[in-house]
Amino acid sequence: MTFLIQQTLLYAVPLMIVALAGVFAERSGIINLALEGIMIFGAFMGVLFVRMLSESAVFAAAKAAGDWMTLQGLELIAMLLAALFGSIFSVLLAFASINLRADQTIGGTALNLMAPALVLFLIRMIANQNTLISVDAASWFMVKKTLFGFDRTDDLGFFGNTFFDKTYIATYICILLFVILSVILYKTKFGLRLRSCGENPQAADSVGINVYRMRWSGVLISGALAGMGGFVYALTTANCTANGDVAGFGFLALAVMIFGNWNPLTIAGASLLFGLFKCIAAGYGSIDLNGDGIFLLKDIGISPNLYRMLPYIITLIVLAFTSKSSKAPKAEGIPYDKGTR
Amino acid sequence: MKKFLRSEGMTKLLASLISILAGLLFGGILVLIVGLTSGNIGFSGALEGLQLIFAGILSTGRDAVGTLTWGFNPSSIGNMLFRAVPVIMTGLSVAVAYKTGLFNIGAPGQYLMGTMASLMIALSIPTSVVPAWIVWTLAFLCGILAGALWGAIPGLLKAFLNINEVIACIMTNWIAANVVTWAFEISPFKNNVESTKLGYILKTSYNGVQTAKLGLDSIFTGSQINAGILIAIIAAVAMYVLMNKTTMGYELKACGANRHAARYAGIRDKRNIVISMAIAGALAGAGASLYYLSGNTEFFWNTYQSLPGEGFNGIPVALLALNNPIGVIFSGIFMAMLDIVGLQLTKLTAYNEYITDVIISVIVYLAAFSQLIRLLIGRRQQFKRIPDKVITAPVDDKKGGEKK
Repeated sequence: MTFLIQQTLLYAVPLMIVALAGVFAERSGIINLALEGIMIFGAFMGVLFVRMLSESAVFAAAKAAGDWMTLQGLELIAMLLAALFGSIFSVLLAFASINLRADQTIGGTALNLMAPALVLFLIRMIANQNTLISVDAASWFMVKKTLFGFDRTDDLGFFGNTFFDKTYIATYICILLFVILSVILYKTKFGLRLRSCGENPQAADSVGINVYRMRWSGVLISGALAGMGGFVYALTTANCTANGDVAGFGFLALAVMIFGNWNPLTIAGASLLFGLFKCIAAGYGSIDLNGDGIFLLKDIGISPNLYRMLPYIITLIVLAFTSKSSKAPKAEGIPYDKGTR
Repeated sequence: MKKFLRSEGMTKLLASLISILAGLLFGGILVLIVGLTSGNIGFSGALEGLQLIFAGILSTGRDAVGTLTWGFNPSSIGNMLFRAVPVIMTGLSVAVAYKTGLFNIGAPGQYLMGTMASLMIALSIPTSVVPAWIVWTLAFLCGILAGALWGAIPGLLKAFLNINEVIACIMTNWIAANVVTWAFEISPFKNNVESTKLGYILKTSYNGVQTAKLGLDSIFTGSQINAGILIAIIAAVAMYVLMNKTTMGYELKACGANRHAARYAGIRDKRNIVISMAIAGALAGAGASLYYLSGNTEFFWNTYQSLPGEGFNGIPVALLALNNPIGVIFSGIFMAMLDIVGLQLTKLTAYNEYITDVIISVIVYLAAFSQLIRLLIGRRQQFKRIPDKVITAPVDDKKGGEKK
């Protein structure tokens, strides 16, 4: 059970944060189809930083001294860098779709093509292979119970084992960020203004809100979150490696966003559900629900292929039932033109 | 009128060419920067990379001294035409859907389904019983059918349940990736014969099924070319005729221009959306069939985490051709050329083939606002054509400028 919850969280948290990235863009009126590309780019930048770090003196010293606080701090810096570069990458989308009024779907697709190409090109140039590895970084960043002064053999109880042993601080920071940003989006003046630009930009403009600026901030926040989500994905589930691929997580996040009807609370629920599917598909052979040594899911004999495609099938089914009452932002995908009514 | 049409066509062509040039320039600059900053490439290496980006298709390798040699390279050009086949087909797929107002980002999924159907047919019917050409035709038709059925799903969802086709296509893409992986996982067609090819499906030539070469391989010696390129060109012409010369094409385009107006005019809009997506899927499926039935290509079946690039490359091909079926032939060949250029870069220099993917993505990015580029070119031409107006109305212009 501990394993199941931990693994589900590992998959659900990047999904959640990237889906929120989608919400910020779409609530401001820009369809961000480039989530996948931004994730790939953010993951690459974060992993590159960690790789360069692992060759530096600070890192070696902290590792040798067992200075966990420094290591966690460096992890945070890597996350921030990934967010920064995600933001920078999303400038391409913002500029094309807001200032040049380009087709947002095509612009997003271009970024999705660009990110893996650029990243693979650079990885090949840097490492002369197709994967950028930072040796064992993931395990140094991992929070273990020895960090809190417990012994390796100590039992922390179910709660402690699940949430304080073999986890990543990144997971909790993402959850915290998710809550804070959701509150900002719904309970502050800025959030209200941002959302108004996705619903009726002309009306927003008429009361003095700068639609362009709001949409720019929507896309930039979106890029930062997606970039950070990409790095968190690479750190927690891909062992801190980058290979120009996040296995369709960006698109899955898009599905989560639609599944969650553009609402943070339902998105959190949906990402947990999707994370569970991902977890089952990845480790169905070793999931022991009640600790009796019987691998129930393996014995049922359902192919992992089915688990893998279930999230997409469920999304389609849910869309089929809800698309009539969809709460999609009304002005999303439409370039804002001051002249139109 | 004729002059007007010609000038519009010219601006379109010019806009595409500007996108291409800008993409190539970006690639060139990237090559220069990387070359000059990394110690082991240097200026001469960067210069070679630059030359290959612009003219890699004419490269014939290096001579004894180590300098690059240039000339007609039959194997490069033949391979270019061979690789153009799937991207021309997926490009047509995206273009036809785009003409009817639908963005078919589902070409990768349709391509995968076409791959699965044609490979399974081609490998399961023994050619000792049935003549190989019948098996080939059957496999080709099944590939088309599988693509069409898979494409029709987002079409149905869009027409009857009003689900955005982009989202539906992305979902069906990943479902297809899993279905195909699953189907091949339990199939007997996995390559267990050659130990180095584990993870791949057997070539269709293993069962004696392969596309006819029609003597093309003797022109382009040492290449993989076959009659597939002719079929792709025929398909492009057929699509041009369908879209521009038939009632059905007119109805499809009318739905794309304004769905509600089309319905008001008595066109069955829902049926047309489904048909359009089915045609798009059929084209993508056919592209996959032509690629994998060639007999010298192999399919990596454990594909649940990745989608085929040929499917996504249909988008730039269509955009670059401004969704004109005839233009797709040329933009498809251009994309395939970039592919070959990438391989030459990997083979001859310290650079790698992903630089050409970067170039393609820059081209798509520019194509997103090709409308703007076209507008800019158009405006300049207008000024050139009617200088009198500019001269007679400078006062108004100034006033407008001051207001802002």
